[in-house]
Amino acid sequence: MEKKVKVYATATCPYCRMLKDFLDSNKIAYEDFNVGTDPARREEMIARSGQMGVPVTEIDGKIIIGFDREAIKQELGI
Amino acid sequence: MRECIVIGGGPAGISAGIYLARKKIGFSIITENVGGQTLWSGDIENYVGYQYISGTELAGKFRAHLRDFSMDLKEGEKVYRVMHDRGTFTVTSDRGEYRTKTAIICTGSRARELNIPGEKDFRNKGVTYCATCDGPLFAGKNVAVIGGGNSGLDAALQMVRIAGKVYLVEQKQNLSADRTLVERILRERTCEIITNASVEEISGDRFVRGIRIRNTVGSRAERILNVEGVLVEIGAIPNSDLVDGVEKNEAGEIVVDCSVKTSIPGLFAAGDVTNVYKKQIIIACGEGAKAAMAVSEYLNLHK
Repeated sequence: MEKKVKVYATATCPYCRMLKDFLDSNKIAYEDFNVGTDPARREEMIARSGQMGVPVTEIDGKIIIGFDREAIKQELGI
Repeated sequence: MRECIVIGGGPAGISAGIYLARKKIGFSIITENVGGQTLWSGDIENYVGYQYISGTELAGKFRAHLRDFSMDLKEGEKVYRVMHDRGTFTVTSDRGEYRTKTAIICTGSRARELNIPGEKDFRNKGVTYCATCDGPLFAGKNVAVIGGGNSGLDAALQMVRIAGKVYLVEQKQNLSADRTLVERILRERTCEIITNASVEEISGDRFVRGIRIRNTVGSRAERILNVEGVLVEIGAIPNSDLVDGVEKNEAGEIVVDCSVKTSIPGLFAAGDVTNVYKKQIIIACGEGAKAAMAVSEYLNLHK
């Protein structure tokens, strides 16, 4: 069963780019939210992660703050 | 044993890698990312050959250039220690241990913190050290940019486009940024420049709600700025902790001579981690090139 992955990012943030490149290279599908231009998603990210730093990844409801390669791998089982 | 290990993949490390590859020296680059601080730079207007390029774009071009050569690039790997023993070096990372005849330290620098009450508590809760990353989160909000150097003004110019009110706070009497940037920010009506002011405290509830600043001359009067974002751009500290026993200056920078030799034979350093005059992408590139050529010369002499 494929896990549901959401990425909250800004267009300019290098860690967001690295995170998406990492997901792409592992062929992981994800929903991509630009919190710089989408105020509703911005509020959602802040409410769910309790902080304002990007990127934030949500994998089946679990929140991972920053580009934490190991935590993401573990959560995805890859 | 390798002939050379380059530690760090910013402009200095990439440039060193290109020169080493062309000299066909057997080497590895170990780095957490390719691009280094270039990735975090907003708009770049002083790198020769490009009138304007974004930091991410320039870092992409660096990567592409590096990829033209076949080399051992270990990306996503962090080096903890470089040990020196009888003319060879042991490099320890989170993945393993490597031996090498020479090493080039290109580990750059990281953001300096204010060291004031509230700063740690509100990190990522309004306090950020990466305007490029987190700036867009403060769309429509009031923010304070701390630091009147080039990075501070870059951040302020980025924020006036999207934020509410922007305060630019500088401890000294004058902004030290390039004249073109200063002229640009002076034209921005939503930016209030406050010089001779130190930041005393960051406060808030779950997130930042304001900062307390104090006049550093005369009255020493205090003032509260109601902001939800604090963008700290007050310079950098060198990432030089990984190597001991090498000469460093008071700022912790590795001391190099004009051919980027350190006080340890076979150990070279380039870019922002060193005492090189001025920290710029173009300067780091030049220093990296020098390091590769100095390594080549060293290896020829110590066959």
